[in-house]
Amino acid sequence: MTPTHLFQAERITAGYDHRTVIQKVGLAIPSQRISVIIGANGCGKSTLLKTLARLIQPTSGQITLDGKPIRQIPPKPLARVIGLLPQSPIVPEGISVADLVGRGRYPHQSLFSGWTKKDEEAVAEAMRIMDITELANHSIDELSGGQRQRVWIAMALAQQTDILLLDEPTTFLDITYQIEILDLLTDLNRKHGTTIVMVLHDINLSARYADHIFALLKGKLVAEGEPSKVITSALVKEIFGLDCTVIEDPVSGSPMVVPIGRYHRGT
Amino acid sequence: MDSSSVSKNDKPNLHIPRNFTAVLLAGLVLLGICVVASLVLGSRLVSVKELIDGLFHPDMDSYGAGVVHKRISRTVFGLFCGAALGVSGALMQAVTRNPIADPSILGVNSGASLFVVCGIAFLNISTANEYIGLALAGAAITAVFVFGIGSMGSGGATPIKLVLAGAATSAALSSLVTAIMIPRSYVMDQFRFWQVGSVGSATWNAIAAFSPFLIVGILIAGVTAPALNALALGDEAATGLGVRTGVLRLVAALAGVLLCGATTALAGPIGFVGLLSTHVMRLVLGPDLRFVIPMSAIAGAVILTVSDVTGRLIGSPGEFEVGVVTAFIGAPLLIILAKRSKVRSL
Repeated sequence: MTPTHLFQAERITAGYDHRTVIQKVGLAIPSQRISVIIGANGCGKSTLLKTLARLIQPTSGQITLDGKPIRQIPPKPLARVIGLLPQSPIVPEGISVADLVGRGRYPHQSLFSGWTKKDEEAVAEAMRIMDITELANHSIDELSGGQRQRVWIAMALAQQTDILLLDEPTTFLDITYQIEILDLLTDLNRKHGTTIVMVLHDINLSARYADHIFALLKGKLVAEGEPSKVITSALVKEIFGLDCTVIEDPVSGSPMVVPIGRYHRGT
Repeated sequence: MDSSSVSKNDKPNLHIPRNFTAVLLAGLVLLGICVVASLVLGSRLVSVKELIDGLFHPDMDSYGAGVVHKRISRTVFGLFCGAALGVSGALMQAVTRNPIADPSILGVNSGASLFVVCGIAFLNISTANEYIGLALAGAAITAVFVFGIGSMGSGGATPIKLVLAGAATSAALSSLVTAIMIPRSYVMDQFRFWQVGSVGSATWNAIAAFSPFLIVGILIAGVTAPALNALALGDEAATGLGVRTGVLRLVAALAGVLLCGATTALAGPIGFVGLLSTHVMRLVLGPDLRFVIPMSAIAGAVILTVSDVTGRLIGSPGEFEVGVVTAFIGAPLLIILAKRSKVRSL
């Protein structure tokens, strides 16, 4: 089973150039759980994820893994523990599914090791989990959006990390594929104990799939915890500025946000 | 592996492109043919006997054997230059993630030329090492300059902006080269080949001075290829895979500049070889740089040698410099590539 990790942000402040986006955010990622970062556009949820993924250096504070600041961990060993799926990675022209998934093995390879049986197995396993084994020799250009996203997640899985960070993995996908991707990620978490941290746009899907919610408002962490405790009409009003009613999702039992608009106020 | 629905022939080959062996063999055969052609063909056709004499009986002193002797150094030098330019092009494309990057298109060749021409005109340089040193400095400064200009504005270094910056810089530097040359007709002959690129005047001294740069450049290229594969997925994905993108870019670009700078120092600016060889290899092998980079060396050597021989045949009884021939082949390719919509998305 996957080892547990203490993955924390200690009062981090970060942003781009001179613009501070997140301020003094401190949090501990629950090990072997699914965490979802939610918040309005521009609240800094992507920035927080990128800082956790060491794409952005915090201007103050630090990210630690098992008590050690991640900037002190060499990049390759770190990449064997923390994996990342960026929001819009680039597809090299003409690349095949198997080749792309295989690139996830980079942190496990040394200069002279070449391609090992372990690499082969990890790639096959990742493709099996994402159900894309049959597509192995296809070019990515031929795939649908949902299939592509499965290929990218498979690449991150081939990396065989205990922690997986995903920046909006369901954006641009039809609702069917959104559910499919989130189900697959849940499989991964339940079967392999992979710690998952992701940014999601859809608050109802967040409430349904998250074990733990981090709610951001203007770069600050304003609430965290189980969806059933955190997602209330008061919080939705606070972070999204939206009037709503929160009911129980008839399918999953998780909280479900039903927005109130000027034309639809309910009874 | 679960292969219930995957037939045996379809089994994904994860580490080697399926046709790699065939491509490698074809490349080596072509290379062999090129070498023979380069030794035999030219304004004077060499017979088989003369070829063998020239190759294996160095003390034989017939005219034909002498021709072969001269052509040996030329051929070796051509192969080295082609390999260097091929790898340099592949590196520059990978570093900039730009399919139309090439030492000549980015103006790096012109920068190297300008420095060498200045060296000849003002500093009286004469040794191969002095040529190489100045060319490398010129190539490096131009690379930084063009990339800096091409990265300005929104969207970073897009292919189109890089090409425009490279073309503008190249034009400006070339006219400077001309401006320095024109009033100095007494060294015009020495200058002349800087404008076009030629392997005809190769000496064993030049080859010896060039070799270390070729070896170091290709070694760096080979070592960085897996990381460049990760970089091809974007900077964020590469960082997630454990690549230090800044260091990688610097090292790989340095190797690219070393290779094309040293080539330009001794052969003058030869354009488009990197572009051509890398694209041909990507077309037949796919995008895996661990294979594209080394095979671009072979492809570059073949393309340069073919161009050199072609220039000798077309220009007979004199010869066209190889840079003229590669430009004729390469320019149409650049236009085709630039027209393809995918170029922008890479």
